[in-house]
Amino acid sequence: MVSPILELTDINKSFGHVQANKNINLKINKGTIHGIIGENGAGKSTLMSIVFGLYQANSGSIKINGKEINLRSPRDSIINGIGMVHQHFMLVENFTVLENIILGFEGETVFGEKLQKAKEDLEKLCQTYNFNIDLDATISDLSVGFRQRVEILKSLYRGAEILILDEPTGVLTPQEVDELFKILRSLKDEGKTIVLITHKLIEIMDLTSEVSVMRQGEMVGHTKTEDTSKEQLAEMMVGRSVLLRVDKKEIKKGETIFKVNNLSVKDDLDVTRVKDVNLEICSGEILGIAGVTGNGQTELLEALSGIRKVESGSIELFGEKISDHNNFLNPRMLKEKGLAHVPEDRQRMGLISDFKAHENLIFGYHDQEPYSKSAILNNKEITEYSNKVMQEYDVRPNSPNLITSNFSGGNQQKIILSRELNENPKVLLVGQPTRGVDIGAIEFIHQRLIDMRDKGAAILLASVELDEILSLSDRIIVMFDGKIVGEKENKNVTDRELGLLMAGVA
Amino acid sequence: MEFLSDIASLINSTLRISTPLVFAAMAGIFAERSGVIDFSLEGKMLMAAFVAAVGSYYLGNPWLGLLLAIIVCVCLSMLHGFASVTHKGDQVVSCVAINILIIGLTTALAAAWFGQAGLTPTLNEDQRFLEIHLPFADALRDIPVIGTLYSDILSGHYVFVYLAYLSVPLVFWIVFKTSFGLRLRAVGENPSAVDTAGINVFTMRYKALAINGVLIAFAGAHLSTAVNANFFREMSAGRGYLALAAMIFGKWHPKTALIACLLFGFTDALQIRLQGVELPAIGEIPVQLIQALPYILTVVLLAGFVGKAIAPNAIGQPYIKER
Repeated sequence: MVSPILELTDINKSFGHVQANKNINLKINKGTIHGIIGENGAGKSTLMSIVFGLYQANSGSIKINGKEINLRSPRDSIINGIGMVHQHFMLVENFTVLENIILGFEGETVFGEKLQKAKEDLEKLCQTYNFNIDLDATISDLSVGFRQRVEILKSLYRGAEILILDEPTGVLTPQEVDELFKILRSLKDEGKTIVLITHKLIEIMDLTSEVSVMRQGEMVGHTKTEDTSKEQLAEMMVGRSVLLRVDKKEIKKGETIFKVNNLSVKDDLDVTRVKDVNLEICSGEILGIAGVTGNGQTELLEALSGIRKVESGSIELFGEKISDHNNFLNPRMLKEKGLAHVPEDRQRMGLISDFKAHENLIFGYHDQEPYSKSAILNNKEITEYSNKVMQEYDVRPNSPNLITSNFSGGNQQKIILSRELNENPKVLLVGQPTRGVDIGAIEFIHQRLIDMRDKGAAILLASVELDEILSLSDRIIVMFDGKIVGEKENKNVTDRELGLLMAGVA
Repeated sequence: MEFLSDIASLINSTLRISTPLVFAAMAGIFAERSGVIDFSLEGKMLMAAFVAAVGSYYLGNPWLGLLLAIIVCVCLSMLHGFASVTHKGDQVVSCVAINILIIGLTTALAAAWFGQAGLTPTLNEDQRFLEIHLPFADALRDIPVIGTLYSDILSGHYVFVYLAYLSVPLVFWIVFKTSFGLRLRAVGENPSAVDTAGINVFTMRYKALAINGVLIAFAGAHLSTAVNANFFREMSAGRGYLALAAMIFGKWHPKTALIACLLFGFTDALQIRLQGVELPAIGEIPVQLIQALPYILTVVLLAGFVGKAIAPNAIGQPYIKER
């Protein structure tokens, strides 16, 4: 029996009234890659932040190598050999790699000898792990993949024996994920212990040897990865059986109803982010846009939905030109013509978080009958409608008077979806429909999108989740640096192929 | 020759007038680099002036007055920190509260202690700082250029003037060449990065505010125990705000902030010099217009250049660790 390098006993943690971790017990063996899987909000990150000393547990004990330790701050954890790569990188963007790594562990008051020594040590580390990082580069000039390496290097330099990674692949291309996994495997071979937090089943199956599952703040199971399957893990995560593949009927393609000609769009900083894009969508079809975040998808969707100015080119709906550089319809007019938009950034553009659910459910239609009459809101009608639609979309809790920000991400998304689908749009623009949404809700949202398609809507789906694009789309285009760099029918296309296009190398 | 001495006296007064601005800008750099907005430079400068004047008057020694001003200003900075760092209050509101409090407090205390609203007794020579004449200043005066430079520009200033200009390289060194400076800059850019590096964000911000308090005390003491020999009502006259503008214009960098301070000092020196001067074709410029010059310049500079200045990323945001 191997003795665990990290052992958690009865960890409890509450934020206000919300109990994020309930009586958590966890053993992690030395030299393994241990996966912790669970839906968003299951308490994985909170638990690991406790191990990293960032949060303090309300009760419970933490043992490292059999010795109980008291973690009051990340400093204590780092000294005890724990390193963490956070989901949002903890880097100062206008600092160099070197400055970021030595921060807090400078070893001297005035920079001099130790700085030089640190540089030499780091160069050696980089060579050992084949990191290929320029220590004098500024973080803001580095790609996301490289920033993540800097984070790993930072932990290693600080002497990490246990490396915790929180959702490390969310922002990476498939190729970058491969690189990362290679690094993690080689770290394991060196005898380091790796804890991988993720909600992606495939990563667990790929990389880990043991896995622990969390649901709603509780640890619901531990198992060896070889003894389990994706389906089984998904069921443990959600608490009921889940459909992992989307059931999709054969496509019944209609005529082209949405057309984009030579579209170019600039962002707020006057940089051209969408470059000469052409696309067509037929009724009854889902067109998926794959691509790494920040390659123009955001600006494209904004321009198509009438909230960003078209720089050049034009957009046609049912053969009628609706936007070009000089004339454009605003979102309201577009809505009347049958175009609906589920924005990428739910919090900022999809909802008013401080409003009650029923207000968000009718927002945009609030001045139309039956929700209002002669500029006065008809609360009875609104409440009735809200109750009905929240039931239909399985929004939980089913309470129209609850403030929207108190709903989980998945339920907020359902609120937006119900509002946008309510009028049976002919064209539906959807950005990142399941970002931060739990598996149960993902299943529901995907089914709704498929239903819309089967009813004959033309759907444009932009997502950074390649799995989502592959399981929903009929046709896939890939955006890189504002341009469409590839178009494929969704038949026998692999994520490798798309990955190369997404990285701009194919 | 008269032209040269005109220039010399203009530079001389620029250095003197810029002094409180330089101290205040350096103080501002520490607070804002750590992520805490400091509009209360104005109020703290006023308080320092009052405390230094009163302290020197009762204790008979201007250095003790300065020490007292430092203590009080550090306390005020801690108050700002308590409201906006510990209790995560709005930083601007906290500053405005401090500024308003001090305008009233100084006036009221002066009235209570000395019977004159907002005025402290005149300090005698022992109770105030005097101009320092550098060695051989008189002997060297007649040597062309060097003599003017040494005797008329470098010599004959209050101790604060020298300290202010020495503080700039010191601040630069601390901010950019020490581990404290690295942590200071990091905490204003991305406090989470500092926290996960095992450094306490709150302690860092309090340390920065403490240094801020020390530096701003020098600015106030310069006004009431050096250039003037007493405190009078609202004697800081917007210098705190002007310094803040200089700091922003200088992109939170000590060297460029110094240049901005000197520029403001120069326009002020120029406006004093220009009063009553008749310009050919235009005639005498109204004194009000001339006096408004530094402020007009502030507006123009800030409106024109502040767009390019990139503030520390986390400025104005209280650090909230747990969601």
